[in-house]
Amino acid sequence: MLRKRIIPIVLLDGYSVLKTIKFTERRNLGSPVTVMKTYNTRNVDELILLDIDASKDNRSIDKFTIQDLATECFMPLTVGGGIRSITDIKDLLSKGADKIAINTIALENPCFINQAAAIFGSQCIVVSVDVIETKDGYSIFSNGQKILGVDLFSWLLEIEKRGAGEILINNVSRDGQMQGGDYKLASSVSKFVSIPVIYAGGINSPQNAALIGRCDVSAVAISSLFHFTDSTPEDCRLAFKEQGIAAR
Amino acid sequence: MLTIIDLKISNVGSIIKALEFIGVEYQVIDNPGKFDDVTKIILPGVGSFKAASQALLSSGFYDAIRTKVLVEKVPILGICVGMQLLALEGEEGGTKKGLGFFDAKVKKMDNIVGELVIPHMGWNDVQTNELTVFKNIKNHSCFYFVHSYSMNLRENVNIAVTNYGGDIVAYVNKGHIHGAQFHPEKSQESGLQFLRNFIELC
Repeated sequence: MLRKRIIPIVLLDGYSVLKTIKFTERRNLGSPVTVMKTYNTRNVDELILLDIDASKDNRSIDKFTIQDLATECFMPLTVGGGIRSITDIKDLLSKGADKIAINTIALENPCFINQAAAIFGSQCIVVSVDVIETKDGYSIFSNGQKILGVDLFSWLLEIEKRGAGEILINNVSRDGQMQGGDYKLASSVSKFVSIPVIYAGGINSPQNAALIGRCDVSAVAISSLFHFTDSTPEDCRLAFKEQGIAAR
Repeated sequence: MLTIIDLKISNVGSIIKALEFIGVEYQVIDNPGKFDDVTKIILPGVGSFKAASQALLSSGFYDAIRTKVLVEKVPILGICVGMQLLALEGEEGGTKKGLGFFDAKVKKMDNIVGELVIPHMGWNDVQTNELTVFKNIKNHSCFYFVHSYSMNLRENVNIAVTNYGGDIVAYVNKGHIHGAQFHPEKSQESGLQFLRNFIELC
C-alpha cells in the first residue's frame, strides 16, 4: 500500500535557510548543508527545497547550491524557485534534483507545464500554488500579491489537464503561524484533482499533520514545526500510524 | 567497468551519488562511440518514454546496447523509464519503440489503479519473492516510486510486484536483464542494498 508522505520544506534566500511568517517576516536558520544533513540522517520520505527569492530577483535557484545539497541527500528531492526555462530544469535534474516545482512561470505561461511534462514526464513536474484566505474563499497569491481573475479551482483543473504530476498547495495565510493546517483546503483540493496533492501551511503538531493526512492528500509538507519545535518527521509518522494512516 | 548511460534526459546525478556512496568504480558515457570496457550497464531514467526512446535512437545507443546485452551478454539494470525502455514498446506520447528485451508493452496505469491518483508517487512496499537482487532486504520493504505508466508483460519472467489498486510490476528480470520501476538510488538503505546486489550478485 502506498504510504502517505511527510515532507520537510526547506526555504532558501539564495544562500541561507530561512523561515517566513505569512511569506513576509523572515528568520535566518543558517547553512542549508547542516539542515540537509539532519534530515538525511532522519531518513525522511522526501524533501522540498525552494528558493523563495529567485523569482523576484529574476534568477533561477543556484544549481551549484543544489549540487552541494544533493550530495548530502539520499532521498527524493524536489527543487523550485525562479525556474523559467527547460534548460533550468535540465540543469537542476543533472545536479541531483528529482522533481521540479514551478509556480510563477506556470501562471505567466501555462503552456510551460505542457512543454516541461512532455520532455521530462509528468511525474517530474510539481506545480506549486500559493493561496491566501479571503472572505469568499481563497485567492491565488504570487510574488507578494493576489492574482485577480484566476479562480483557484479552475487553475487546479488547468494544471492537471496540462500534465503536471503533482500539486503543492500552500495556504500562505497560515504560513509560519503554527496555528494548525487548513483541513478544508487540503480536503477540497485533494478531492477535486486526480493527481497527488501535497498540503503545506500552518501544521503545528504531529497530531495536526495526521488530521490533514486523513483526507485524500498524498503528502503533508512541514517547515516551522520541524525548525522550531522538538517534533520530528518520525513523530509525525507515528501520529499517522496511530490514526490508521499508512506511513512508512 | 560499471557503465551509466546518460541519455541527456536522465537524472544521472542521483545514481552517481548512490554509486559513490557504495564505493564502486563507474563511468558515465553519453555516446556509444565510448562503449568499450563495459562489464555492467545501468540505464537510469527520468522523463517520458517518448523522449527517452527518441534519445536512445538518435544517440545510437539503441543498437549499441542491444549488441552489448544480447550478443556480449553484459548485465543491464534499467531504472524507472530505463526499465520501461527494456520493453518492446511504450504508449506514452504515441507508440514508441523500446529495446525489446521483454515481450511487454508500457501502458498508462489508469485501468489498474481505479480511483487512485496517478502518478503512483511515493513509498510503496515490494513483495520481493526472494529474488537474488533483493538479498538482505526484508520482504515488503518500501521503495520510492514515481511513475504514471507501468510494464504489462506478455511473457513469464521473474517479477516482484507492488500494490497500487492492483499489482504493478516493480521489478522484472530475465537472466542478466533487470529492470526496477522504483528508484533504488532514492530508496535509502533498501535501495542502496538493491544496487549493491545488482553490482555484486547479478
